[in-house]
Amino acid sequence: MLKTKIFHKKKVLTVFLVCAAVLIFLIFRLADLMLFESEYYAKKAQDLHERERDIKAARGEILDASGKVLAANRTVCTISVIHSQIEEPEEVIRVLSEKLEMEEEKIRARVEKRSSIERIKTNVSKEIGDQIRECDLAGVKVDEDYKRYYPFGSLASKVLGFTGSDNQGIIGLEVQYEEILKGTDGKILTLTDARGVELPEAGESRLEPIAGNTLKISLDANIQKFAEQAAEKVMEKKSADRVSILLMNPQNGEILAMTDVPEFDLNQPFTLNVDTTGMSGEEKQDALNQMWRNGCINDTYEPGSTFKIITASAGLEEGVVSLNDHFSCPGFKIVEDRKIRCHKVAGHGAETFVQGAQNSCNPVFIEIGLRLGVEKYYGYFQQFGLLNKTGIDLPGEASTIMHKMEDMGQVELATVSFGQSFQITPIQLASTVSSLINGGRRVTPHFGTAVYDSEGALIRKLEFPLGDRILSEETSKTLDYVLEQVVDGGSGKNAYLEGYHVGGKTATSETLPRSANRYISSFIGFAPADDPQVLGLCVIHNPQGVYYGGTIAAPVIREIFENILPYLGLEPEESSGQD
Amino acid sequence: MKQKRQDLTLQIIVMILVVFGLITLGSTSAYNGQVRFGDSGYYFKKQLFAALLGLAAMFLISRMDYHLFARFAGAGYLLSLILSAAVLLVGDSYNGSKRWLSLGPLSFQPSEFAKPAVILFLAYTVGCRQKKQRGMLSLMMTIFMVLPIVGLVGTNNLSTAIIILGIAVVLAFVSNPRYLPFIWIGLTGIGFVGVFLGMEQYRLERLAIWRDPESYEKGFQTIQGLYAIGSGGLFGRGLGESIQKLGFVPEAQNDMIFSVICEELGLTGAILLLIVFLLMLWRFMVIAVHAPDLFGTLICAGIMGHIAIQVILNVAVVTNTIPNTGITLPFISYGGTSVLFLLAEMGLALSVSRWQK
Repeated sequence: MLKTKIFHKKKVLTVFLVCAAVLIFLIFRLADLMLFESEYYAKKAQDLHERERDIKAARGEILDASGKVLAANRTVCTISVIHSQIEEPEEVIRVLSEKLEMEEEKIRARVEKRSSIERIKTNVSKEIGDQIRECDLAGVKVDEDYKRYYPFGSLASKVLGFTGSDNQGIIGLEVQYEEILKGTDGKILTLTDARGVELPEAGESRLEPIAGNTLKISLDANIQKFAEQAAEKVMEKKSADRVSILLMNPQNGEILAMTDVPEFDLNQPFTLNVDTTGMSGEEKQDALNQMWRNGCINDTYEPGSTFKIITASAGLEEGVVSLNDHFSCPGFKIVEDRKIRCHKVAGHGAETFVQGAQNSCNPVFIEIGLRLGVEKYYGYFQQFGLLNKTGIDLPGEASTIMHKMEDMGQVELATVSFGQSFQITPIQLASTVSSLINGGRRVTPHFGTAVYDSEGALIRKLEFPLGDRILSEETSKTLDYVLEQVVDGGSGKNAYLEGYHVGGKTATSETLPRSANRYISSFIGFAPADDPQVLGLCVIHNPQGVYYGGTIAAPVIREIFENILPYLGLEPEESSGQD
Repeated sequence: MKQKRQDLTLQIIVMILVVFGLITLGSTSAYNGQVRFGDSGYYFKKQLFAALLGLAAMFLISRMDYHLFARFAGAGYLLSLILSAAVLLVGDSYNGSKRWLSLGPLSFQPSEFAKPAVILFLAYTVGCRQKKQRGMLSLMMTIFMVLPIVGLVGTNNLSTAIIILGIAVVLAFVSNPRYLPFIWIGLTGIGFVGVFLGMEQYRLERLAIWRDPESYEKGFQTIQGLYAIGSGGLFGRGLGESIQKLGFVPEAQNDMIFSVICEELGLTGAILLLIVFLLMLWRFMVIAVHAPDLFGTLICAGIMGHIAIQVILNVAVVTNTIPNTGITLPFISYGGTSVLFLLAEMGLALSVSRWQK
């Protein structure tokens, strides 16, 4: 045996010291990882371990003016199974197939599938969901969810709109007020192992969902129902394609009713109301879009004679015409080289301005338009807000289709003066006329009035303040008088309602191409004429048989006014003719 | 030369490591055992059996005169060569590596046996037979003698081959009075490693993964280990509370077990464990310095080299300080053969400690 020499000992010491030094270096490396880079890696690890499950927030309700619920939520359940937690697979299959009325084979396939979570059925009613939960089967999960529900079915369908499978608004107010209605989804955070199995002992942290806010709108379910019935009645009677009716408060722009029949069932928004056999997917989608279209705001039309209200306002305001100005109508008017006919071929003969308005005489209004000239007329057109959108709180409002000023000659001016050769939306006409008759301040048509939280406490009122003055109060008063004369013995006499001062204007326009003999009949009316509180517009598309607005549209508004004016607290005056 | 009492400190340290290792392994492997074998105690039971066997071996060997082993050093080395060759021919594969010899229900990893065999063989050849140790020739001889086993083991277990080579270098270093040649050996070694890495594309990829493990799919194990370490912070999640061991760190009970220790016990626990290992190395050094003869000194120096290399390389890999290579943490990582022969080595060291000058 050899002896251990000093240098051997020194060498052993050296080895130890080198190893110790390396170990100490590694301790520093560890400290760096675990103290300074810890946050980074711990966060990454946390993300890896955490599984997030959303808890859906209840969507806010939509209430009508009287507080009736127009859009609500129904609780529905989603049934799922977690393979690794199932203890009695046969029992699970038996119960689920019985309660869900599904084939055993289908359920067996999902129960026996090795996956972390397998969905069996969605949109299960709460009663059935509760029954399944009461069976207390290990591995079966019943998750509650919300589904939008519209208690009135098709009422105001095009206004309210509906939501998709993810509870997000697709059309109408549901889209416009998405941010207010949607709420904030909650979260359940759980820790899982690498296979995605939740760790029960780790517990879960919950972030509670915040329910969406309630939207109150100016639309009144009763008035809406009445307007829809009236629209359906006239559509059926006149075999019309579509009928739009708008009722609004001309003083502040609140819309009381808006319908564009046929409406559709909001609880089945993807079920077409026409025969779908033989339609391609694309055609079906087009048909759906057509069904969902709100003619009151999404489509434009030639307003025809109702637009004479605008020409009259401009003429009176500019002073180029007064109530007793005399006109003469030979049945036509020649503008440049064009002979523009009046609807009465024989002519109205001599008439004052008021009589011209009562007769809805085209030559009178052509004359007023020509007296104003292109530049002034265009200026008023713009001043009245007709070139802009109304700013209604619904998506998809169509823009006015109007000549460019520089392209407008005398002929174009003449046709615009009695409501032809350009297009506006019904809501634009109703809003502009409202603004002209209410004393002259531009209103913004709207539905939303207030936002409440889910407990019912007021969060804020929705303000749509009056806009710029567009007409002097004096001219507005004069206009009210003229339009009352139209109903009181003029072309709008079918809208005359005993005990009320009703003002209004009729229109009958032919759609393009003129050769098709398709007409749009309309009437715009308001009451009381001296202090307008309600304005109604009825537009009938393609009526069969008699198509004069004064004959078929005016009675619709009259009938609606007869019913809703007392409902709105506007009692009829004692008839002076009784004594 | 007189008989003394065994080194009590080393005994305590060994017991601490064995007990701590079993607890950690039991909790770390429970998930994998449950998932793979439906028995959360699967790994623990096998490890416990090996540890008990190892403790018995340690006790027995520590009672023996270590000089007895000089007689068997050559035979032992030859046996390890035969076993390592046998494993290449009739070995069992696990996780794609052919490293096990089966004997009925027991399986045995010859490369683990090779480590103490090499230590004994080199200690014997240098300490009992070489008269001249100054020459470069004897230095080279020492290293050349282990090349057959390095080659055999290295065929399918590069990491263990590196450890064996490392032990040989440590023993050569201790037995030779000069320092300078070892600096040359070190530099040559680094040069070889560089050439070795550059030869094959997949080895370069391993380097790239080391530098940026998050960008590579193969960096998964490394990055999961770092997640576990980072999650630990100063005091950790608490014993048994690791989440990374739940299937995130692949084979958490093997090479990466230190990362789970970091996650559960934090920086504090990890440093304490490294200090325990450092104390163990210190005891080896003390025993080696006080050994009655060169044979004893070299046995302890070899064991010190063995433990030091494995601890250092394991921690360096887990912390991504060096590129990933599979090296287990002594006494703690799963591996029955490893624990058995580590404890047998401890018995040797304890036996040397009884013959202090």
